[in-house]
Amino acid sequence: MNELIKKAASLLEANEVQVVIGYGLGSAKRPQAIFVTTPAGCEQLMFDNRCIQNLAVYLTKQEIRKLGKPAIVAPLPVLRSIVQLVAEQQLTEGDLVVLGIDPDGKLLEFSSFKAIESFLSDHKIVIEEKYLKKIEEIKNMPVGERFAYWVELLEPCFKCYACRAACPLCYCTRCTIENNQPQWIPVASHLQGNLEWHVMRAMHLAGRCTDCEACYHACPLGIPIHLLNKSLIQDLSESFGDYGPKISEPNMLSSFDPDDKESFIR
Amino acid sequence: MQTGNYSINEPSMSKLFDNLAEKGKTMYAPKNRGERILFQKVEKFGEIAGDYLLTANSAKEVVFPRYEKVFSYKKTQDGILINDPTGNPFPEVVLWGSRPCDAAAFIPMTNTFEKDYIDNLYVKRRKNLLVLSFSCNTCDEFCFCTSVNGGPGNTAGSDILFTRLQTGDFLAEIITEKGKKVVEENSSLFEASTAEGKEQSLAKVEPRFNQDEIQAKLQELFENPLWAEKSRACLGCGTCAYICPVCSCFDIQDEAHGSQGTRLRCWDSCGFSLFTLHTSGHNPRPDQGTRWRQRILHKFRYMPDKSKIAGCVGCGRCSRSCPAGINILDTVTAL
Repeated sequence: MNELIKKAASLLEANEVQVVIGYGLGSAKRPQAIFVTTPAGCEQLMFDNRCIQNLAVYLTKQEIRKLGKPAIVAPLPVLRSIVQLVAEQQLTEGDLVVLGIDPDGKLLEFSSFKAIESFLSDHKIVIEEKYLKKIEEIKNMPVGERFAYWVELLEPCFKCYACRAACPLCYCTRCTIENNQPQWIPVASHLQGNLEWHVMRAMHLAGRCTDCEACYHACPLGIPIHLLNKSLIQDLSESFGDYGPKISEPNMLSSFDPDDKESFIR
Repeated sequence: MQTGNYSINEPSMSKLFDNLAEKGKTMYAPKNRGERILFQKVEKFGEIAGDYLLTANSAKEVVFPRYEKVFSYKKTQDGILINDPTGNPFPEVVLWGSRPCDAAAFIPMTNTFEKDYIDNLYVKRRKNLLVLSFSCNTCDEFCFCTSVNGGPGNTAGSDILFTRLQTGDFLAEIITEKGKKVVEENSSLFEASTAEGKEQSLAKVEPRFNQDEIQAKLQELFENPLWAEKSRACLGCGTCAYICPVCSCFDIQDEAHGSQGTRLRCWDSCGFSLFTLHTSGHNPRPDQGTRWRQRILHKFRYMPDKSKIAGCVGCGRCSRSCPAGINILDTVTAL
């Protein structure tokens, strides 16, 4: 941790960055996002396995961008989000300094976004066994039972949009749910509105989601909405192989090749 | 109004639940759902969660549903037909297992919906609601009811307040006429008693601030860097407002299908970027800092200025559930 604190402080000292986005202990002694603007303030920085909020979400927020160039404490899920944001032209080289944290808790320095991409090629997204089992179980349900399963899960949702707000890839300044002319998705949190919202969100993230689980951790009602995203990741891995954020390759679902082996494309 | 103390034992408690449910009342109580305990409809006493500090959601849905039909309309040859749901019968609801903070929240809520403008939807739901609360014998670091005129054994807003005594029986404090009626109709389950043993059975919730001082300070702090600072981590979701038992902002939405449709009022949150956004594109609250200020001012200045009742009951749900870990106490105690 000393390494991280030292590095962050030196970046602020040299005015290479104006803010460090990291984790610190809040008043209730639980880790939360902190925004450090002075070298001395870097003493508050910490990292352990309770630091599960995906800090990449702050990189596109106007309130944080106003603070100046950031350095960001970036464990694996944050690194993946950064690469995806780069692939989607939301970040450009020089916008930020990435203070990577490897799975053993060691500080990682990257010379470029490409270097992060290459680091991630050794740390691929793998859907955990317990989720694969769950997805398999859901997919094998008869259609009526499967529908009832999702109804039971999504009915309590009151649409606070914490899932959207916590997601680094939900950076649209005006979400489709906020358009009412025409109204694509009902605003009310009745069953139809809830199902449409979550299915739409999952589809919008298909091929982009980096499996950080921020949506699930953010949900105040504990709804495992990430099951939808995980299921899509699994489908895409099976169809296209090697799933994960990439700068050097086009997006899986929003690009096509006329020479594709599938004939329906022609 | 306090109309007497009784005692009731655990088996009778279950019987009381059954008696109320048998009368066709809709029972709401804390119940496990997935990974959380939520206030929701329950059919049987056995479904009620045994061990909970507070539910993840608040109980406000029983009087202020997350979406509610205001009216429906239909264009016909004879003109536009309007269907006003306030003419319909409203369900008799029993809220079972609310905490004193949950119950206290109905007081500011009623002020909002029954003071300047009489909101018939709310009036009818509130009138049909019976609130059977249970005192708290535990609390956590997010609880601060005692700083906002509440307490772990506070009776305000409840019709009956039950307190589990060290003997294992429950003290039943009858607070309202509605509560009295419950005892009269189920007299075999209750025994006359005193309030002895109540204080020893309650959680100790340390006061964290003085509400009057906060209200006074907030008269001056409209322009202050504190708002942006304390809300820096805010993600702009509606969690704090939606799980708050007092928050009652709503948004009007029309769901139209051809020549007919429904007008709904849906929960809204001051945390959203669309909140108070004008048609012109101007928003007087353009960022999370000004939105956070609105939240604090509304609860701790505007509401007490107007009606002498704070818009916060100290349940701590907002802080417990904030996906960015923002603790309302950090702001209030830093003023």
